[in-house]
Amino acid sequence: MLRLLLWLHLALVPSWTAAQPIQIRDDRGTEHRLAAPPQRIVTMLPSLTETAWVLGVDSRLVGVDRYSNWPAEVAKLPHLGGLDDAQIEAIAALKPDLILASTSSRAMERLEALGFSVVRLKSESHADVRRTLDLVARLLGNPDEGARVWARLAREIDAAAGRVPASLRGRRVYFEIGGGPYAAGTTSFIGETLARLGLANIAPPDLGPFPKLNPEYVVRAKPDLIMGVQREQSALMARPGWNALAAVRERRLCGFETPQYEMLIRPGPRMGEAAGLLADCLARLGTTATR
Amino acid sequence: MSMSFVSTNQPAFDAAMGDAEARRRLAAGIALAIVVGLACGLATGSTGFAPRDFWADLNGNDAALLLGQIRAPRTLGAALVGALLGLSGAIAQGVFRNPLADPYLLGSAAGAGLGVVLVLAAAALGGATISLATVAWIERVGIVTAAFVGALAGVSLTLTLASGAVHTLRLLLAGVVIGVLLGAVSDLITVVSPDALRGKQAFMLGSTGFLGWNALALMLAGLTLLLVLAQRHARALDALTLGEDSATSLGLNLGKVRLALVLMLSLGTALAVSQAGLVAFVGLVAPHLVRRRAPGTHAWLLVASAGMGAAILLWADVISRALIAPEELPVGVVTAVLGGSYLVWLLKQRTAS
Repeated sequence: MLRLLLWLHLALVPSWTAAQPIQIRDDRGTEHRLAAPPQRIVTMLPSLTETAWVLGVDSRLVGVDRYSNWPAEVAKLPHLGGLDDAQIEAIAALKPDLILASTSSRAMERLEALGFSVVRLKSESHADVRRTLDLVARLLGNPDEGARVWARLAREIDAAAGRVPASLRGRRVYFEIGGGPYAAGTTSFIGETLARLGLANIAPPDLGPFPKLNPEYVVRAKPDLIMGVQREQSALMARPGWNALAAVRERRLCGFETPQYEMLIRPGPRMGEAAGLLADCLARLGTTATR
Repeated sequence: MSMSFVSTNQPAFDAAMGDAEARRRLAAGIALAIVVGLACGLATGSTGFAPRDFWADLNGNDAALLLGQIRAPRTLGAALVGALLGLSGAIAQGVFRNPLADPYLLGSAAGAGLGVVLVLAAAALGGATISLATVAWIERVGIVTAAFVGALAGVSLTLTLASGAVHTLRLLLAGVVIGVLLGAVSDLITVVSPDALRGKQAFMLGSTGFLGWNALALMLAGLTLLLVLAQRHARALDALTLGEDSATSLGLNLGKVRLALVLMLSLGTALAVSQAGLVAFVGLVAPHLVRRRAPGTHAWLLVASAGMGAAILLWADVISRALIAPEELPVGVVTAVLGGSYLVWLLKQRTAS
């Protein structure tokens, strides 16, 4: 009899704790109540796919957006279109009990109208990454995991900052996004990462995240380092007046191939690895620096 | 852009004064606008429009670099791009006998856009769709060459589809079709490679930021050649305005002449677009402004439209650099706002009278 009671207790208690309803407020202020952790999840933004993955979503992830390409496991999952051309029918057919999407996505309003629970999350900054980790961890039913991952990321970034050669600390960097030339400003995600590595930015904060700068401004600012897509780096010499820049002449350039570049600018849980990439390049430049 | 140097017209007054006088006035006005535009362009740096800073810059250590290598070529380059577009627009409106014709009509804009997207997305397409050796080759070609080749390829496709340039309507239709198709292909590529989007957008909106002395030499040679060639065909364009039958009875070989003119306007457009992107509206509005202020034969219209285009783009470029310095507006946005506002005003005038 006692044994039976004990067995009943063991059988029932975990299910009570597991069935704790989850209550969260997303970045558009919508309240979501879930009776239990969702078992069929669709993510519609690469950074959210990565966030859910590091938090142990595993087989509960049933579909991703067109651009999600990390980890390799998501290649096998159905890809359901992009931000504004999401395949609403295909998503509905998967019968997800949770959809994670960005705040700026028109297609998601249709899915909300169809009665799916769509959690809308903003991911543009380090603070957003931290908040999103916490929120998704609670949704997945392991609430402490978010803080754990964030602590790991902070350690990784600190380690990367520690590897930046002393001769390059406080140097002024120009990080170029695409053609244009657009700069990654102080307030952009990559700008925040650069700041954490102890680098200064030639674009002042009041210009916003991605200003299209007058090329004269860049030449006048004389950045100590230039970073950007590998493809553009080779063409820097050919830009009018740019060959006068010491950073170009002395090849103090960090060019990144598309997969690495994506990792750098994607506000997600690979930011620690991204900081490591930047530190690798800086360490390389530090050893060859002619001073 | 302030066009205040042209008297805010009363057509009756112009007619009374005689078209020749109007043309002289307009020529002087355009020349003045170009000179003032060049001066303002030189005085607009990364701090915005600042004539006082100009002297400091001129006597500073970096004068040769900032003014000589960056500001002077892009300012002069804006004028040349504008002149090429104005001239191409005047030829296009003459060939199609339609004041709404635009040098981008014949598939050149879409072709240039596709060339640019191919270069930007080459890395992402590598391995899957094209070989890595091809990727390396495409990336070495660079955006300027790709845009130039793409523009000419777009026009060639249009000419092939329309089987020559004998029928203008067929040519226009073919241009629209090719434009839509090539545009769709580049949209498809950006779906595969989203990081090509920003570069594509920058190209679509135009920028004078990358113009150097080499680009200037190329455009100047092109503009000189095209002006000479176009002037030789000025009489043919005049004959065309009388209608196709009259032109044929004057001994004009329509197909041949049109083909030559289409090739000229395509070359001019390809040159301008490859160096500065798809700057909107200049090719459409410049010939309009000239015809409205000072009508005349094509010998006058072609040269004046080139001058007008230069003036428009110079001023638009100064505005795009000065308005939110040290940031820049894409110059195509400024020309679209200016050109669009002008056409709206023109329509209001027409309906009012």
